[in-house]
Amino acid sequence: MNMTGEYRIAAPRQAVWDALNDPDILKRCIPGCEEFVKTSDTTYEATVTTRIGPVKTRFTGAVTLTDIDPPNSYRMNGEGKGGAAGFARGGAKVTLTEDGEGTLLSYEVEAKVGGKLAQLGGRIIDPAAKKLANEFFGRFTEILGAVEAPAPVPVAEEAAEKRVLGLSPLVWAAGAVIILALGLLFYFN
Amino acid sequence: MAETGIGAAVRRKEDYRFLTGRGRYTDDISRPGQVYAYFLRSPHAHATLNGINTDAARNSPGVVAIYTGGDPEADGVGGLICGWVITDKSGEKAKVPPRPLLARDTVHYVGDHVAVVIAETLAQAKDAAELIEVDYEELAACIGTAKALDPDAPLVHAEAPGNLCFDWEVGDEAATDAAFAKAHHVTKLSLVNNRLIPNAIEPRAAIGEYDPGSDSFTLYVTSQNPHVARIIISAFHNVAPEHKLRVVAPDIGGAFGSKLPVYAEEVVCVWASKKVGRPVKWTADRSESFLADVHGRDHVTEAELALEENGKFLGLRAHTIANMGAYLSTIATGTPTWLHGLLFAGQYTTPAIYVNVKGVFTHTSPVDLYRGAGRPEATFVVERLVEIAAREMGIDPVEIRRRNLIPPDAFPYQTPVVVTYDSGDYAAVLDKALEMADYAGFEARQQQAERRGKLRGIGLSNYIEACGIAPSKVAGAIGFALGLWESAQVRFNPTGNVTVFTGSHSQGQGHETAFAQIVSDRLGVPIENVEIVHGDTDRVLFGMGTYGSRSLAVGGSAIVKAMDKVIAKGKKIAAHTLESSEGDVEFEAGTFKIAGTDKSVSIADVAFAAYVPHNYPLEKLEPGLDENAFYDPGNFTFPAGCHICEVEVDPETGVVDIVNWVAVDDFGKVINPMIVEGQVHGGVTQGVGQALLEGCVHDQDTGQLLTGSYMDYTMPRADDVPSFKVGFIETPCPHNPLGVKGCGEAGAIAAPAALINAITDAIGVDHLDMPATPEKVWRAIQQAGTAPAA
Repeated sequence: MNMTGEYRIAAPRQAVWDALNDPDILKRCIPGCEEFVKTSDTTYEATVTTRIGPVKTRFTGAVTLTDIDPPNSYRMNGEGKGGAAGFARGGAKVTLTEDGEGTLLSYEVEAKVGGKLAQLGGRIIDPAAKKLANEFFGRFTEILGAVEAPAPVPVAEEAAEKRVLGLSPLVWAAGAVIILALGLLFYFN
Repeated sequence: MAETGIGAAVRRKEDYRFLTGRGRYTDDISRPGQVYAYFLRSPHAHATLNGINTDAARNSPGVVAIYTGGDPEADGVGGLICGWVITDKSGEKAKVPPRPLLARDTVHYVGDHVAVVIAETLAQAKDAAELIEVDYEELAACIGTAKALDPDAPLVHAEAPGNLCFDWEVGDEAATDAAFAKAHHVTKLSLVNNRLIPNAIEPRAAIGEYDPGSDSFTLYVTSQNPHVARIIISAFHNVAPEHKLRVVAPDIGGAFGSKLPVYAEEVVCVWASKKVGRPVKWTADRSESFLADVHGRDHVTEAELALEENGKFLGLRAHTIANMGAYLSTIATGTPTWLHGLLFAGQYTTPAIYVNVKGVFTHTSPVDLYRGAGRPEATFVVERLVEIAAREMGIDPVEIRRRNLIPPDAFPYQTPVVVTYDSGDYAAVLDKALEMADYAGFEARQQQAERRGKLRGIGLSNYIEACGIAPSKVAGAIGFALGLWESAQVRFNPTGNVTVFTGSHSQGQGHETAFAQIVSDRLGVPIENVEIVHGDTDRVLFGMGTYGSRSLAVGGSAIVKAMDKVIAKGKKIAAHTLESSEGDVEFEAGTFKIAGTDKSVSIADVAFAAYVPHNYPLEKLEPGLDENAFYDPGNFTFPAGCHICEVEVDPETGVVDIVNWVAVDDFGKVINPMIVEGQVHGGVTQGVGQALLEGCVHDQDTGQLLTGSYMDYTMPRADDVPSFKVGFIETPCPHNPLGVKGCGEAGAIAAPAALINAITDAIGVDHLDMPATPEKVWRAIQQAGTAPAA
């Protein structure tokens, strides 16, 4: 399935990029995120608890970042395995462009689902993933609005490390597809 | 007697229990100490199984056992078989790749069985299945019927190079080519017969149970043919010898062919019951049914009709690619070949016909028979070709059919495609249908619709089918592994009521009523004193099952044969009782009489005498009144009919409204017109489903089933169909004692062509592939520019 979207964020591009690379901010923005762990320079694992209707489920998803071009864009790929439920695999490209005072964040997600997930179909997964993405950006904009002037740029090594540490909303839009899809499986099983 | 005898619209005896929730289906059965099976299925269409780790799952609460590929084989339990392997045009058998119960090194479709978890509860089995780690190495999948034979298509089985299962033909190719060479006009058509998912209302289920005391097994299962399941599970799967295996198929909530095959789940449940020492139960959930029941249809066809200037058919040629799915199901290769190719004459005198069918493997669920099984596909090709030819040549579609109908005095009629039609009066059927549909008044209705902004169209379908399958000799000659007779046992009980054991199992068709009518009519006992028993290999003598509209023609005929034996023996007993000679005894309406006298004895009294033989010719006659019969049909039966459908299409939305449906069918002698009408209603509704709504779609790259729930796979509902007008023409079948032909599949065979003919007539296009969804219809209208000016 394919999803595309745009969000206008009332903050300068560099501030958005930095926030996207701030693990604390991201953790607060991702609905139900408990932790994410860096497993290499460009790979992460996150644990998220999602509620869909009455069902509360905990998932683990793995994400890899590529084509990092600060503060413009990067790609991410994520995969979630759900055992009997099937699998979900997603890729996304997120791009930040300056838009007057603010920043336009656009994303293109391409996710493949298999097994029971695929059987459930886009009609359930698409709107649920959209809802999750909206929740993410709602919180993100809220938090970013509260942030004061951007912190000074840290030393180069730190910056590099920080940059790869961030999981963009893109990641989480795609990740949301994966995670939500897994959650839905349990719901509809 | 008349109100319950042959020809009476007797209310169905079984409906009381069905309508009051007292039916007893497989899932209603629970055995003491039973555990639950859950099948872990492949999420990939094609992948190598590099390893399965069940350690964590085995330690999950409630888990009793977990089995994976190789476990059944270690116990000598073999894989699933194909029981109908055809010989193709090169003289080679169709390729039958091995099909293990649980995948061994490769998974071949989404839904393929990877492991079975058996646990104390279903929830525990499912939880444990979540913990099984399967190391899949994904491989490219071969998806799409038309693409399967491409040289670069991923290979499904090494046993079938190029994904070709068979390349079969029937008819005279040279004569057909010659007919085309001299044709005045040739009509060509490319079409897809859409793949369908059967969706019986009752999902499949099985309970296997082992009794160590008698060292025997019982399998409760949703099967159309319990005896056949027993033969296969004993002889091929080697779970237990036939005399140590009982198969019970209780009430069945619809099958349509999907419960004919023997499936992995059933065999695993019965095999595992001995291993775990407890009954093992499995019931499919609806999502599972979408993947794990055999699918139907799925043909890609190129067809041509050659005509003379006056519209007479000279020749018909069809080349079809038929999708077998990933493995061969129980009768898979017979469905798109013999059950399909033999029907291309339709109701017409087309002198030269050639049909070529290539069966192909793809990485999708196995495809097998579904209501009509091959015959709807044939009728669709023929009736679409005829319709388009009529339009192209400017001949009325009724007239072109009439010019080509097999005349009533031509029977028995040898077609160019093997079969000999036994009887029929196709012109009478057509006339009656035209009258009931007020065909003459169509133009006025069309103009009236136009004033309302609607496009109105009318379409015919003159279908034929070969039913009552089949003479065993013929079955054997075309590769069917078993005989196709049916058995019956008619037992008078000492108190005068009758128990009939039939091998024709019911899936809801009303056998308990129709068969009881025959017995009541013939033996002269009240219908409430007749009980029909089916679906249990320990109670019923033997059975080849219910499919191909064969129950009444074959199973019913076996009952008649058994009753003839009962009456013959009864005459001997009556002769003794009445102190006359056997030759003077006549039987009528439940009474044995001596011709020309007032001496008589009722059949109930004869039955009593047979079981309490105090005054009985024991020296020359055994006691008891209980007779068996086997009936092997002399030919197929050939029900035929004409369906006329009238639609109104909304050009703004593409929505098709079926405004009238006339079905005139020749089923031979009708035993219960109410049941037969119900069968027509159900069959047509399934055909409407295929033509308008249903279509199984796979992702063309990954092979994922995209129409895997009722959100994406649309079943017909009551408001999709009109109130049907059903009429009958009875030309009795000359070769069975009841004169019946069979009615179960007719509606599904006739309907798609009638409906697509009507829609294309309304919107002015040659062809639309099914399902004709509003979007497809709307686009076709835009393309054709046939929308009325706003």
